[in-house]
Amino acid sequence: MNLPIYMDYQATTPMDQRVLQEMLPWFAEKFGNPASRSHPFGWEADRAVEKARQEVATLIGADPREIVFTSGATESDNLAITGVARFYRDKGNHIITLTTEHKAVLDTCRHLEAEEGFQVTYLPVRPNGLVDLAALAAAITDRTILVSIMAANNEIGVIQPLAEIGALCRSRKVLFHCDGAQGVGKFPLDVNAMNIDLLSISGHKIYGPKGIGALYVRRRPRVRLKAIIHGGGHERGMRSGTLSTPLIVGLGAACRLAGAEMVEESRRVKELRDHLFQGVTSRLTHVELNGDLESRLAGNLNISFGFVEGESLMMAIKDVAVSSGSACTSASLEPSYVLRALGVTEDLAHTSIRFGLGRFTTREEVDYVIDLVIRSVSKLREMSPLWEMMQEGIDIKSVQWAAH
Amino acid sequence: MAYNDKVLDHYENPRNVGSLDKNDPNVGTGMVGAPSCGDVMKLQIRVNEQGVIDDAKFKTFGCGSAIASSSLVTEWIKGKTLDQALTIKNTQVAEELALPPVKIHCSVLAEDAIKSAIQDYRSKRAVGGS
Repeated sequence: MNLPIYMDYQATTPMDQRVLQEMLPWFAEKFGNPASRSHPFGWEADRAVEKARQEVATLIGADPREIVFTSGATESDNLAITGVARFYRDKGNHIITLTTEHKAVLDTCRHLEAEEGFQVTYLPVRPNGLVDLAALAAAITDRTILVSIMAANNEIGVIQPLAEIGALCRSRKVLFHCDGAQGVGKFPLDVNAMNIDLLSISGHKIYGPKGIGALYVRRRPRVRLKAIIHGGGHERGMRSGTLSTPLIVGLGAACRLAGAEMVEESRRVKELRDHLFQGVTSRLTHVELNGDLESRLAGNLNISFGFVEGESLMMAIKDVAVSSGSACTSASLEPSYVLRALGVTEDLAHTSIRFGLGRFTTREEVDYVIDLVIRSVSKLREMSPLWEMMQEGIDIKSVQWAAH
Repeated sequence: MAYNDKVLDHYENPRNVGSLDKNDPNVGTGMVGAPSCGDVMKLQIRVNEQGVIDDAKFKTFGCGSAIASSSLVTEWIKGKTLDQALTIKNTQVAEELALPPVKIHCSVLAEDAIKSAIQDYRSKRAVGGS
């Protein structure tokens, strides 16, 4: 077993060697521009791009003509939300999203509010992180043009009820955009069964390359967008810019492998994830899971270790790459907005750690992490004044703390 | 973020972790910070007949820099009189540990913890009528 151990699969995934091998010829050897219609250099690149487009489409039950290649899920989110808002603004100016969405969605919505006169409803989520469907239904008005709700949350891994959201949006004639960065390739997603109108896809979250993604844009009934990147009219005018053949080939290969291996892989990863959770909770008290356990990505475990600050725990387990909802890991001093949206108190939000498991995680690594976490949490609790107070029977919430 | 070696040293080998009897009249206890802010420091001092701090202990809930700051000041205040201990400034702690701007509040907390422990000790003595 090699150290450090990577357990941050929701941040990014290592590229699969099989993906890399498929990409390699398309950098130097086969360098043609897929938009060159007049010679074989272009033709062969175009064939590779179209094969990849088919592979992406197949993974989500779409038609290849519905796939637009982008630089990644952030661009896809920007294009979907801004593009729909600007195209349909005569129809309405209201957008609905969740407070726990990724910043690529939230910041795009904030921009449309501040600069372009749109109104955005940021729906709170239930304590398990899932959308309240009744509240969503109630929030839709005759001015609503778009609902944007993610497939799976990047911090807490909860999977939203996409089919129910899609059915609701369809019945109310509102477009449904789904940020699928954490969901596509991890569990079965079907744009038709789920009535998804726009779906953002990321390459590097599914063992593909960074810098490539896609946006699914429904053709029937047709969804229209105003482009945000202008130029040569590539991707049917929705996203100009010369296509990166190697990155697109990589995304296609990653999607094909995900489709073929998803069921077995998620079963295996979930087993490891559950083993990690059970291993840690069997020997530590005051460990709380953040987000729903059932409707959750196989490879995500977000837990709060009471009385132990997240960053200090990350220092203690520095041979394990994880991330924390603690403020101390970021430039801001606010703890995770996602955990706060679940109603997790600020003190517990500071104690949260996200373990992300995936394709290359081994049982041996998980056993090592269980042991290290137990030792580290125990050591830090011995140093924690809050742990001492708890053992003396003092309720920490009853203490008057001086905020600073 | 990569950590400074001194922070790592104090974090991995913290000096003077533990507790003193808070009911001992010679012990002053300071507790500063708040769980919601992500750091709480408890600093205790024991003061001898000569008015010198002869022992200091800490417990800290917080990031590595907060733990290192509290560990460092327990070393610094031992052997000092109360008035000498009160001259320790957060800037000295921040400088010694090379804390980045986002971690300066950890050193502020350490300075506050010293003041709070001394204040507790002095108010105990005043009430005790010694």
